[in-house]
Amino acid sequence: MSSAMIDLIFHATLDTLYMVAISGLIATLLGVPLGIMLYVTRPRQILARPVLNQVLGIITNIGRSIPFIILMVAITPFTRMLVGTSIGINAAAVPLTIAAIPFVARLVEGALNELSPGLVEAAQAMGATPWQIICKVLLPEARGGIITALTVTLVTLVSYSAMAGAVGGGGLGDLGIRYGYNRFMPEIMLVTVIILVVMVQGFQSLGDYLVRKSDRK
Amino acid sequence: MIELINVSKTYTNGSQVTQALKNANLHVPRGAIHGVIGLSGAGKSTLIRCVNLLERPTEGNVVVDGQDITRLKDDQLNKARHRIGMIFQHFNLLTTRNVFDNVAFPLELTGLSRQAIKSRVEPLLKLVGLADKARQFPAQLSGGQKQRVAIARALANEPAVLLCDEATSALDPQTTTSILELLRDINQTLGITILLITHEMEVVKSICHRVSLISAGELVEDAEVGDFFTSPRTQLGRDFLNDFLELTPPKELVERLQPSPDAHTHPVVRLTFSGDAVSTPLISRLARECSVDVSILQAKVESIQERTLGLMIAELVGDKQQTHQAITYLESHQLDVEVLGHVQRND
Repeated sequence: MSSAMIDLIFHATLDTLYMVAISGLIATLLGVPLGIMLYVTRPRQILARPVLNQVLGIITNIGRSIPFIILMVAITPFTRMLVGTSIGINAAAVPLTIAAIPFVARLVEGALNELSPGLVEAAQAMGATPWQIICKVLLPEARGGIITALTVTLVTLVSYSAMAGAVGGGGLGDLGIRYGYNRFMPEIMLVTVIILVVMVQGFQSLGDYLVRKSDRK
Repeated sequence: MIELINVSKTYTNGSQVTQALKNANLHVPRGAIHGVIGLSGAGKSTLIRCVNLLERPTEGNVVVDGQDITRLKDDQLNKARHRIGMIFQHFNLLTTRNVFDNVAFPLELTGLSRQAIKSRVEPLLKLVGLADKARQFPAQLSGGQKQRVAIARALANEPAVLLCDEATSALDPQTTTSILELLRDINQTLGITILLITHEMEVVKSICHRVSLISAGELVEDAEVGDFFTSPRTQLGRDFLNDFLELTPPKELVERLQPSPDAHTHPVVRLTFSGDAVSTPLISRLARECSVDVSILQAKVESIQERTLGLMIAELVGDKQQTHQAITYLESHQLDVEVLGHVQRND
């Protein structure tokens, strides 16, 4: 393999990591609060707002149901407005983020759902405000579940980012398609796949380690 | 200290309306340990949750420590709740916090300084006997130890009232005894008023001063524990007592029992005696004075707090007049006599 090729693979790896990191970070910052909202606004919950809950639920479901490849193309104008271009890794990060937010939100909601309702009840009995319950009970107690949710999200983002090549997004998936497939270079295809596997494995191991560290059950 | 005034709670689920609590009135004086006993689904949980408004009553008022908490706004209610401790059947400890931090939790909520928290938590851990477990996590503790942590946590803000929601139902008998002792202890040393709900007569018997019986959302009986154990006024009360004392006539006898007497039967009676009657040799006197033979089928003596309670199921053998006289004799000596039925003579 030529040094130019190695250089190409190296940069494609960085591009993928960049897209996953940016979209993962923003999706966490927006998706975790949305997931908490979905949970606490449920009927009989600490901030029960059934109508708001329904609306948030529907928006989240719409976000979750649009196939990523369609979402990517459909929001092109929005992407251009936001980052000034519709091609490249910054442009690809926008649909990745949009797709990941509802994904994170539902997984976080699920993690909170796993908690014993008795914990919230006990905190309420002690006179905790909804905000204190979120910060001091829900988030710490669901920490393991939330880390698991974020790990799943990162892994999904790695796989989604491979599709970003379709809009000239760059990254390993793009490289694999353009060189490995279009130019019949199977060794490039193999290398990109191996790197993706290692990357996913790495995220998963890191996630598992953090879950183990935070779990006291 | 705790007063429920005409409290009702209705749940509406679509078109289905369930009345979990009907017009409940309850008064628990300062320093008392009051038990509410009932079968599952009778409304015990709803009742105790109405005291700190975990469930908001549909109607009625809840007064705790002179304050009508049903009229409070959210932030005032949270303040009031700091003065109402609560412990639960499944402990509800925070799994990601160690013992010390679990007890510190309610103090953090009130915004106490780290130093003040420390000086409050340490004596509490000593009080519940867990001073050496401060750095352990709940998962490393036994059920009894978890409930001790929960008790320390409930006491952290020096509440006037402690609510116990089936606090010993998930514990084995031995641990139950030790937790009940701890509760009695804090009632006596701290003067804290305790309201507990349970389905176990043992709990009522060992620590309560007064007991209320709840059935289908209604408080049907309210009595001093000694009175309740000697003479429950309702059928449900008698059922609870008989189950607890395991004093039900043998099956073989029940099959032979007939409801009304005839010329060839004699009565089977359940005798309940308390106070002086326990130490009086009534049965032998009965045999002498009424010339009946008494065949004892079952007997038991229980001590309920300071009172002694005797129970007996016996067959009174004699002619109609003799047995009638015997029952009158027993009743005149403050015994509670219940005729369970009549059996055919064997002779």
